[in-house]
Amino acid sequence: MVAHGKAGLCSTLVPAPVISAQSLTKKYDDFTAVAGIDFEVAPGESFGLLGPNGAGKSTTMRMIGAVSTRTDGELTILGLDPNTHGPDIRSQLGVVPQQDNLDLDLRVRDNLLVYGRYFGLPRKQIAERADELLEFAQLADRRGAKVDELSGGMKRRLTIARALINDPRILLLDEPTTGLDPQARHILWDRLFRLKERGTTLVLTTHYMDEAEQLCDRLVVVDKGQIMAEGSPASLIRDYSSREVLEVRFGSDKNAEAAERVQGIGERIEVLPDRLLIYSDNGEAELVKITEMGLHPITSLVRRSSLEDVFLRLTGRSLVE
Amino acid sequence: MTAPAPAAPAGAPLPERGRPAVPPAGRSRGLYAGNTRAVVGRGLLATKSNNWLIVVSGFFEPVFYLLSLGIGFGAIVGTVQTATGAEVPYAAFIAPALLAVSAMNGAVYDSTWNVFFKLHYAKLYQGMLTTTLGPLDVALGEILLALLRGALYATGFMVIMQVLGLNLAWTAILALPAVLIIAFGFASIGMAITSYLKTFQQMDWVNFIMLPMFLFSATFYPISVYPQAIQWIIQALPLWHGVELIRSFTTGSLTEMVWVHLGYFGLMIAIGIAVTTRRLRKLFLN
Repeated sequence: MVAHGKAGLCSTLVPAPVISAQSLTKKYDDFTAVAGIDFEVAPGESFGLLGPNGAGKSTTMRMIGAVSTRTDGELTILGLDPNTHGPDIRSQLGVVPQQDNLDLDLRVRDNLLVYGRYFGLPRKQIAERADELLEFAQLADRRGAKVDELSGGMKRRLTIARALINDPRILLLDEPTTGLDPQARHILWDRLFRLKERGTTLVLTTHYMDEAEQLCDRLVVVDKGQIMAEGSPASLIRDYSSREVLEVRFGSDKNAEAAERVQGIGERIEVLPDRLLIYSDNGEAELVKITEMGLHPITSLVRRSSLEDVFLRLTGRSLVE
Repeated sequence: MTAPAPAAPAGAPLPERGRPAVPPAGRSRGLYAGNTRAVVGRGLLATKSNNWLIVVSGFFEPVFYLLSLGIGFGAIVGTVQTATGAEVPYAAFIAPALLAVSAMNGAVYDSTWNVFFKLHYAKLYQGMLTTTLGPLDVALGEILLALLRGALYATGFMVIMQVLGLNLAWTAILALPAVLIIAFGFASIGMAITSYLKTFQQMDWVNFIMLPMFLFSATFYPISVYPQAIQWIIQALPLWHGVELIRSFTTGSLTEMVWVHLGYFGLMIAIGIAVTTRRLRKLFLN
């Protein structure tokens, strides 16, 4: 998907990328966390790194955040090299880490004020912005509360508000909604979507495909430190999966046996420990075929293909285990 | 794309605003942003809203020692000789030592237990270092906070000494800046050591070293009671230098050793800050 970012002073047809990585590599002793990845992020774009735990997403985010130096390859953030311009880059980033690291010794509003001071911003400007951000994060009525008294979703929104105190050009979100209940997730997605509409560049990691589909214009599927595929959620599904998926369960004992018998049905079959996934453009029709063979699944479900299916196709493994 | 927000009232729109001024490019390669006061400001605000009672409680420990040993026990002891051979009342002999100890305690407590918690549990430094702050800003700020605490204890203790008539010479006023230097030294080394520790059990070693140092550093009697070999060991430890430095000021028994003591703490401060900065960089900016 083409980014519709704001053009800079030297307006060209294709705006210069805000993040550019070539053969980006990170090794810890003999463990390779990121094994040479290439990607670019355009201004205003919402870019996702989708992959299971341990795929190298967080390491990549730390390198983009200029708090981890690369072992090899090239990396440019806002036209600057993080090795030599760490503080300049960090002054224009907002960072939402995987685990909230709010200042528990400080009250809600003070968390924003103190964080703004870390950037060396003037007190008056921080105070005004803090109040705006508390409104934005729907925490205005909790401004004097202790951080510990907030719910998980509120803490997450406060972390996002804190990350916006320096009016960053890029917001980095590492697993923004992991561990939140569905309602809190939807509220958070709504806030992030508003930021996106405002033109803030979002870079997020997730292992939830619904989150990637909600928020990302474009994403890369990462596994074992490498990029497996790249594209918009819709194009990835189109390229690597069928339109529909038929999920059938025969019970754990008969699952393998049933898998043998349904070979040839649909475009492709994935055998999972508890169910079979049959990829086809018409799931209902495949279900009819199975029933005609004399097989009677305990449950059956026809659904649209998702990024989960893309991941399964690319790696042979499930995204969330 | 949809973004359903079933329970979310529409929040206020976020207005555009000027971005922060970018700090000068590549200043000290990201080591120092010249913004230590933001770290100190955070510490003061956190203390104000949380643990000021704990801070105050630390002040009383040396006061109790002074009352029981100096006044009570001192009535039996009579006078003691200082390093220059001057005879001083026992209470006036141990009071400056307890002053040095209070500076040490305040600084070490803050730079070990508090820093350890912020390092491993609160993830405070991780958050700070994702901003434009450099590791040197964080190290200096935290050390300054520990130093402030040591200074606070020491000033209160000085007042008590004055009231009890234990400041024997005008040079006693120099004990105040001296206490700051001592606290600075202990806070720097304390934070450097803490940056290497991984468990609370290891933290107990800090106490294990502090207690004998407190008891044996010529705190309660002159160092001359020891055989020569033991004297050398004591003289290698920082608290002895602190005790002698303060004692020479409050009793007015000044010798050229003052410069040795000051040099010792100067070295401690330099090593402590250098190591802490390096460790923070390794831990959070690798």
